Amino acid sequence: MSRQRDGLTQLKRLLQGAAIVLGATTTLAFGSLGGDAASVQADQIHMQASRRTTAAEGYTVHEMAGANGIIVREFVSPEGKVFGVAWQGPWPPDMRQVLGSYFDQYVRTAQARGGARMGRRPLWISEPGLVVQVGGHMRSFAGRAYVPEMLPSGVRAENIQ
Amino acid sequence: MTNSRRLLTAVTGLACAFSSGCGGGGSASKSNVVTQPGQNVAPITVNAGPAGNYANGAFTSVTVCAPGSSTCQTIDGVLVDTGSTGLRILSSALTLKLTQQESAGGNPVVECLPFLGSYTWGPVQTADVQIAGEKASAVPIQVLSDTDFKVPSGCTGFGVPSADTLGTLGANGILGVGFFAQDCGGACVLAATNPGLYYECPSSGCVLTGESLAKQVQNPVALFSTDNNGVVIELPAATAPAATLSGSLVFGIGTQSNNALGGAAVYTVDRNGSFSVSYKGASYGNSFIDSGSNAYFFLDSSITGLPDCTTDTGFYCPSSPQTLTATNNGLNGTSGMVTFTVANAQTLFANPSDNVFGELGGPSTFPGSGSAQNFFDWGLPFFYGRNVFTAIEGRSTPGGDGPYWAF
Repeated sequence: MSRQRDGLTQLKRLLQGAAIVLGATTTLAFGSLGGDAASVQADQIHMQASRRTTAAEGYTVHEMAGANGIIVREFVSPEGKVFGVAWQGPWPPDMRQVLGSYFDQYVRTAQARGGARMGRRPLWISEPGLVVQVGGHMRSFAGRAYVPEMLPSGVRAENIQ
Repeated sequence: MTNSRRLLTAVTGLACAFSSGCGGGGSASKSNVVTQPGQNVAPITVNAGPAGNYANGAFTSVTVCAPGSSTCQTIDGVLVDTGSTGLRILSSALTLKLTQQESAGGNPVVECLPFLGSYTWGPVQTADVQIAGEKASAVPIQVLSDTDFKVPSGCTGFGVPSADTLGTLGANGILGVGFFAQDCGGACVLAATNPGLYYECPSSGCVLTGESLAKQVQNPVALFSTDNNGVVIELPAATAPAATLSGSLVFGIGTQSNNALGGAAVYTVDRNGSFSVSYKGASYGNSFIDSGSNAYFFLDSSITGLPDCTTDTGFYCPSSPQTLTATNNGLNGTSGMVTFTVANAQTLFANPSDNVFGELGGPSTFPGSGSAQNFFDWGLPFFYGRNVFTAIEGRSTPGGDGPYWAF
């Protein structure tokens, strides 16, 4: 009996937990880069992805693999902020979701890019407060974005990959 | 064989008697023979393109016809791109009415295709396609237009601008003749795994849809009745900047006397269409060859020692031309060294009437990038002086089944 009750209590707790998570997704529809750790959960649900968390020195990495083959890694500081995002897969991820509040800056900069000569080439954006790079070709894209000012001490840009 | 072809062959044979760089890909020698136009050979030209400002773009002409009819239009200024799959034509360049593809629910099918710095958006329509003497019937192509159907938020969500006009594309279209038979492949067959490429668009707005392999935008070469296992791009060597460079897009590999592999070495690739390039003792696994990239894009200034340009950002600006070597490694164990030169992009671009830049290079990533982001993208300069074969996935050739590159 008591076992059953324990089981029921656990189920209740689980459901409550799920409700909190669902609540979180509605209030934190977009987060990710620059957002807090809860936004990682929102991304996971948005991507319908499985998630794996690994700890590194000075940060944690949340890796999400979507059913469409796109892998997104979010780099979270000890303070719980997402300071970098990297992705790899046959196509780019939903950048609005991944870049969160930095998306508009990305759009503006990507739009303004170019020079006197036309040509197709890797995307290469480096602005105060936002670095984005995208390379590859059809069916094989890789990229990353980070906020240089948000890198935890001792963490270097090349850790974001 | 025409008289001029005979003459060319004779001259080549003579040259071979005195040179070691004959009889095949000539990857080290940078000497190659360009096939003359014919039934399976379309002329290509590197020039400023229809927008007048392209650097290192190879353009050809493509004829599209309303399916099953003799109502046709030849469109020039179409970029030849081995890094993508499928024919895409600007709506503004098309005077012909093609057949709109419909979903199972009877709604128009519209595609959003992300490239690196832009996306293309527009309806999937079917056309009979003719290039040189090669024909394919009822080929799904993309007609590029921002205005025929409202761009959905999922497409603008890639964050890059659209390239659906002459000014933003720099070409009247893209002829994607890469490894794959379809642009998306298996992921797009089900709406649930469609990564944001195929939509159906009822009047209420566009929603993601599943798109079968056969209905996806196709590599037209794979649908030709003959010479359908790949292409060869042949361009002569070019070192100093020039206004134009003429070459050939040859259809088929080992299917005619003019498209034999000869001495070209076959480099097989992974399922994503990449191989590895080693440089200064490190190996970069996501590397590729792409006629649609307009320079040698590789690594970053911290590894190469080549300074980034200050005004022409995205290119290298060494104070004097630098000659470098790297080694390509196919998955099949083939390896071969490539020697290439990178000059100052700002100097190269000094004369606005030049459009051919055999020594144009740029970074593929930022200084301090991790190895996962670092790669070599052998763009159009790699093709100058080198006949490059691109074999289509699953197709049989005398060099084995595609996908592979050979040169």
